[in-house]
Amino acid sequence: MAQILFYAMAVVALGSAVAMVTRKSPVASLLYMVTTLASLAVIFVLFEAHFLAAIQVIVYAGAIMVLFLFVIMLLNLGHDYRKDLKGGLAAVLSLGVSGALAGLLVSHFRASAPEPFAGRIRDSGILESLIAEKGAVGAMARPLYVDYVVAFEVTGILLLVAVVGALALAKRRV
Amino acid sequence: MEGDVHGAHGAFEPFLPGLVILLPLVGFLLNGALALAAGRRSAEAVRQGREPDFMHGHERPLTHRLPTWIGPGVVGLAFVVALINFVRMMGADLHEPVIRTYWTWMATGSLKVEAAIQLDQLSMVMMLVVTGVGFLIHVFSVGYMGEDPGYPRYFAYLNLFVFFMLILVMGASFPVLFVGWEGVGFCSYILIGYWFTDREKADAGKKAFIVNRIGDFGFLVAMFLLYTTFGTLNFVEIFDQAPSVLVYGGGLVTAVTLLLLLGATGKSAQIPLYVWLPDAMAGPTPVSALIHAATMVTAGVYMVARTSVLFALAPAGSLAVALIGAATALFAATIGLAQYDIKRVLAYSTISQLGYMFVGVGVGAYAAGIFHLMTHAFFKALLFLGSGAVIHAMHHALHHTHSQADPQDMRNMGGLRKFMPITWIVMWVATLAIAGIWPFAGFFSKDEIIWYAGARAEGPYGQWYTLIWVACLAAAMLTAIYMTRLMVMTFHGRNRTGEKEAHHLHEAPPVMWVPLVVLAVLSVFGGWVNVPQAIQESFLGGFGLLPMAEWLHHWLHPVTGPAEEILTRYAGGFAHHAPFGGGELLWAVLSTSAALAVVLVSARVVSGIAYKPAHEDVEPTGLRRVLYRKYYVDELYDALVVRPVVRLSRFAWKIVDQGIVDGVANGLGYLARAFGWIATLFQTGSVNTYAFFLVVGVLVVLWRVAF
Amino acid sequence: MLIEALILSALLFGVGTLGVLLRRNAIIMFLCIELQLNAVNLAFVALSRYLGIDGQVFVFFVMTVAAAEAAVGLAIIISIFRHYETVNVDNFNLLKW
Repeated sequence: MAQILFYAMAVVALGSAVAMVTRKSPVASLLYMVTTLASLAVIFVLFEAHFLAAIQVIVYAGAIMVLFLFVIMLLNLGHDYRKDLKGGLAAVLSLGVSGALAGLLVSHFRASAPEPFAGRIRDSGILESLIAEKGAVGAMARPLYVDYVVAFEVTGILLLVAVVGALALAKRRV
Repeated sequence: MEGDVHGAHGAFEPFLPGLVILLPLVGFLLNGALALAAGRRSAEAVRQGREPDFMHGHERPLTHRLPTWIGPGVVGLAFVVALINFVRMMGADLHEPVIRTYWTWMATGSLKVEAAIQLDQLSMVMMLVVTGVGFLIHVFSVGYMGEDPGYPRYFAYLNLFVFFMLILVMGASFPVLFVGWEGVGFCSYILIGYWFTDREKADAGKKAFIVNRIGDFGFLVAMFLLYTTFGTLNFVEIFDQAPSVLVYGGGLVTAVTLLLLLGATGKSAQIPLYVWLPDAMAGPTPVSALIHAATMVTAGVYMVARTSVLFALAPAGSLAVALIGAATALFAATIGLAQYDIKRVLAYSTISQLGYMFVGVGVGAYAAGIFHLMTHAFFKALLFLGSGAVIHAMHHALHHTHSQADPQDMRNMGGLRKFMPITWIVMWVATLAIAGIWPFAGFFSKDEIIWYAGARAEGPYGQWYTLIWVACLAAAMLTAIYMTRLMVMTFHGRNRTGEKEAHHLHEAPPVMWVPLVVLAVLSVFGGWVNVPQAIQESFLGGFGLLPMAEWLHHWLHPVTGPAEEILTRYAGGFAHHAPFGGGELLWAVLSTSAALAVVLVSARVVSGIAYKPAHEDVEPTGLRRVLYRKYYVDELYDALVVRPVVRLSRFAWKIVDQGIVDGVANGLGYLARAFGWIATLFQTGSVNTYAFFLVVGVLVVLWRVAF
Repeated sequence: MLIEALILSALLFGVGTLGVLLRRNAIIMFLCIELQLNAVNLAFVALSRYLGIDGQVFVFFVMTVAAAEAAVGLAIIISIFRHYETVNVDNFNLLKW
């Protein structure tokens, strides 16, 4: 069941990703991106990342993508139908390079298939027991607020700076 | 720090030996400051259109009065300090040199050079000669240079020279000696070119400097060889180890000694590098007396005596020293026969006498070489200063009448004894001394060298030593001839200066003739410190009346002893008779009577020649022309060395440097620019391109990581 | 299922890269970068299933940074658009000296 769901979602994610890259209209691309994010959220659930799946939908698909949509509409880009995709040599080179990158990664992962990561990975279900004990959010709470508290605080400052920076950049007159 | 001092008389306690070196340096700094002040003030005066106030008709300013006391004063004090040390050393029983280390000069890897001085019998003799004769010459300079605008500058240079000369003779290692060696070379350069506004004189300074560089090359390479062999450059350590480390007559020690000899021929003006010394006469005459007669040019002899252990181990090197010395002695003496410039005659005489010293240290009679160095310092300084007094008088006389005649040309002199009786007498004393006439100083020192050269005739290379002995005898006769010629041309016969000019000729002031008299006394008695045993007991020594028989020889024995030991062990001692028979006394009597006869005969012959003043005279012909033209050696060097070097330099400049070197450099530049231009093609300014290359980079990195 | 997830992550990353290289619209390029981030997130999540919760914490931080980046990046795009009246990167060729 989970296997089938994973493959289905994988196909959806990959397909909408390709569609996102190839659509001319920015709004269409954005909507395909949202589709990709949603299917990835399902896959997150399959990997016991319930909390992240929720944030993926709420923050990523819900907030960030809407921000993108707002910008597109703000700049009134929907009607520009000039050819957006590069062609010719640039397209060939881009395809080659990204294909090589993906191929390299895939072949590397496949090569490590029988004994992934030198045997350190066992289907031990450590995450299931942790979530069963503390709940999906509770499992994240301890590492986030104890082990990585400094990084967490720094991220907070980063967000603050980003807000100030975005304001400063986007304002008409400073 | 201290050497191993022991003996019956107790240890040698040096008395502030560093002060001997330091005092002339202080003098240099003070006089140098005065010279700068004087220069600044006269430049100011010239800017305002006034005459500088040290010129005639003004009260002499302080900057031109103080050097009178500072210049000779510091050297005189240094002499006193040296004398105190000398007396203390005489009272002590010193077998090992006393080393005074002041600081570490350089320490790199295994090479450690200390700024250290070495006090032993040899450096003591040299210190006394340098400061003693130097002091007298400084005093003479007060009179001679008194009216020169650069008076303080002159004394600054002269003090600096004494400073470096003392470093040379007191240094405890080859590098320290080399500092002095180069320092005196530099001072020689600035003092030859002292009147640098005269192109010819400035060129003479450059010539001296460049010719000396050739010799210094040999010295440096010899130092490198010694360092690679011994791992140190300190005299004491090298000479202690040399007999066991080096093979007698081996290639290494022969190479070292020949290279050292090359250095010595440059500094001491021997064949083939003697050509700079006659030109060096462009400097002020006291400079010629101090640097180019008494002290600096003897540095080569000192150096050979200092490294006597090495030379004793290299019979071929020693023979080369003696051969070059003998050849130079004879060669320079013949040139001296035909020169008209009074200072040039003395210059060639100096070269010739230095040749004798080389013969002395070359045949292994190191004490005899140093002995002749010392007596030569007395009488040659006297001759130069005397000629300086003559030139001074001539210059004044010609200056008064605005004559353009050359004050140094002997053809313009003649009959000067009427005007300058004191100079005339002391010059004759020096002439008899240099001619080797009993009982003057030169007789003992020169005869000893000739005797020892002959006494080597039965050992290894015997026939060569016989040849050297004959050359020395011949040169001794020539010495008597050219010196007599100089004296007669200058002081005797009819006066050729001119009617008006002759009225202005007068004797030198006391500040000039007093040093002359002191040197004359030394030229008479200076030889008595080392009278050979055989002569001392005979009628020539007053049947044992002279108290200091072979004193210098015994005095220097702690220094020269090891070398003499080696010589005796490998080459046998000195013979007790000359090559064709006869003992030391017989040859002494023979040589002095021959010299006396030559002096008398040549005095008569030269008096018979009717010389004309220089401007009326024509260039001599035949053999005399060859001699007058100095065998055309300068022309030969010019054709063989100077012109090819100039051509080679031009080739190196135009073809090698501008063509190849600059071509390669510019070519590399163009290449870099071309690559840069290609690289700019990637810099499109477009984000996509950059992103593309970023991904390519990631790919490469991933490739290296994954596989 | 781990290997498959990782391969999916690699493929999504490749598609994202292609998008960055191929598109001229700055906003879409930006969107593709977000896709690349998500591909990496997927790898993190898949591995955290077997290695522990830390991977998910990382994804959390990545998302936060992505949010900050989106805010600043979009502000820059707006600012550029005001200047050039376009978001076509072919028109921005001053990124050189």
